[in-house]
Amino acid sequence: MGKTIAEINERIANGQAVVVTAEEVIEIAADKGIKEAAREIDVVTTGTFGPMCSSGAYLNLGHSKPRIKFGGGSVYLNEVPAYNGFAAVDIFVGASALPDNDPRNKVYPGDFNYGGGHVIEELAAGKDVRLVAIAHGTDCYPRKKLETLINIRDLNEAVLFNIRNAYQNYNAAVNLSDRTIYTYMGVLKPNLGNANYSTAGQLSPLFNDPFYKTIGIGTKIFLGGGVGYVAWQGTQHNPSVLRGENGVPRRPAGTLAVIGDLKQMKPQWLVGTSMLGYGCTITVGIGVPIPILSEEILRYAAVRDEDILAPIVDYAEAYPQRQPDILGEASYAQLKSGKIVVLEKEVPTASLSSYAKALEIAETLKEWIKKGEFLLTEPVAPLPGVEAGITFKPLEEHPF
Amino acid sequence: MSISRRVVLHFPRILVEQPIVYRLVKDYNLEFNILKASVTPKEEGLLVLELSGEQGDYERGMEYLAGIGVGIQPLSQNVIRNEARCTHCGACITICPTGAFTLELPSRRVNFQAERCIACGLCIKPCPPRAMEVRF
Repeated sequence: MGKTIAEINERIANGQAVVVTAEEVIEIAADKGIKEAAREIDVVTTGTFGPMCSSGAYLNLGHSKPRIKFGGGSVYLNEVPAYNGFAAVDIFVGASALPDNDPRNKVYPGDFNYGGGHVIEELAAGKDVRLVAIAHGTDCYPRKKLETLINIRDLNEAVLFNIRNAYQNYNAAVNLSDRTIYTYMGVLKPNLGNANYSTAGQLSPLFNDPFYKTIGIGTKIFLGGGVGYVAWQGTQHNPSVLRGENGVPRRPAGTLAVIGDLKQMKPQWLVGTSMLGYGCTITVGIGVPIPILSEEILRYAAVRDEDILAPIVDYAEAYPQRQPDILGEASYAQLKSGKIVVLEKEVPTASLSSYAKALEIAETLKEWIKKGEFLLTEPVAPLPGVEAGITFKPLEEHPF
Repeated sequence: MSISRRVVLHFPRILVEQPIVYRLVKDYNLEFNILKASVTPKEEGLLVLELSGEQGDYERGMEYLAGIGVGIQPLSQNVIRNEARCTHCGACITICPTGAFTLELPSRRVNFQAERCIACGLCIKPCPPRAMEVRF
């Protein structure tokens, strides 16, 4: 007995769909069994809200009078450089971009108070942003300098386009050295002083669909408080990693590239983020609905933190030196308990990803679907799965 | 009237070995909660206390401290959380030396217990959305 997405959409449109979060489905599956739960439930909603550096937004600013061509020049939004190697007035601002005059780690550890992620948050909040552009001037685009306030409501397009989000599993980071280190996994205290992880675990989209059986290109999602779509597999998408018996990857694996209209997103779900001594990024809210098309899909969606393992990695030596060694594994239930044991030492844990907010995303998406406001989409193509035989390539240097 | 105050006490070296806090309790009926202590034998001692008691007792206790040469400053620094910016990730939990951040279960929202905060400021910069602020 299987359902189709069309049948589920009909039930959503009629207000009859049974929608539960990826947290709620765990108990339902335990109480009623997989078979009955799969029969009853139409959609499981997932959520995640964590720092995702490979995020950005492209903007079309409209043409000034006289015209200016940014391409070949330089463009800044609130002093943060935007990429402008396109036609006249298209730019892309990346979450990790920093103002040219930011001192970075010259005073270590650098603060990194403001970057591209903060610009995106301010755009989404409807705040005015300072645009400064310098160009070389041409016969058709004579202007050489432009300084103006811009606002998202006046732009032709403002589109969030994140090339790698929603990592399916991630390292738990520790520090084996004798000094504090400042990483993209947060501040790591010396001698295994703490362990930081970053995932919504049992709520996280790709943990609930480990083989990408429902999530594919074209899947409609909650993105930054609005609606977005899965555009492609994310960069570094690597389905071929070690997996548990439940199919869940035990190492960082699949990723999503996502896209959506920034104009309908909300700043509380796109939060400019500063990692001390590392740089700027953005904390992105994503929620993916999983249509329960079969018992198998429900079984995957009922995954629990206890059954998801993360590798524990030393960020003082192993990670920067690209050594493959891990110090062990911990389940997300252990990580979320507040302490894990690494090399026989009890280590306090903390998360960089907000479970409370991930739950809010899953609940919000659930409400949208229950109200009939959000219909599911049929993927137009699948994401590459294990069978694609992808190998995750390091950069081998070829001196010239 | 019952009051509660946070004070920073600076002890000159010669007072370090005296049971000053004991006197505050015994002679002035003050309750104390040590927020921070740094007493090194050959240097100045520093003690951050929260003191509670009757206003009159508190004032006489402060007079006693001033009389024996203890430097007194109100704890003027305050750390507050910008609730609109906090994402409840929890990165602060293992940074805070006094355990002022705790996870509320089952919601996993992060509680900030200001009464446990000693205003050391360690949480300010490691907070990814920079939700913690020092106020003077």
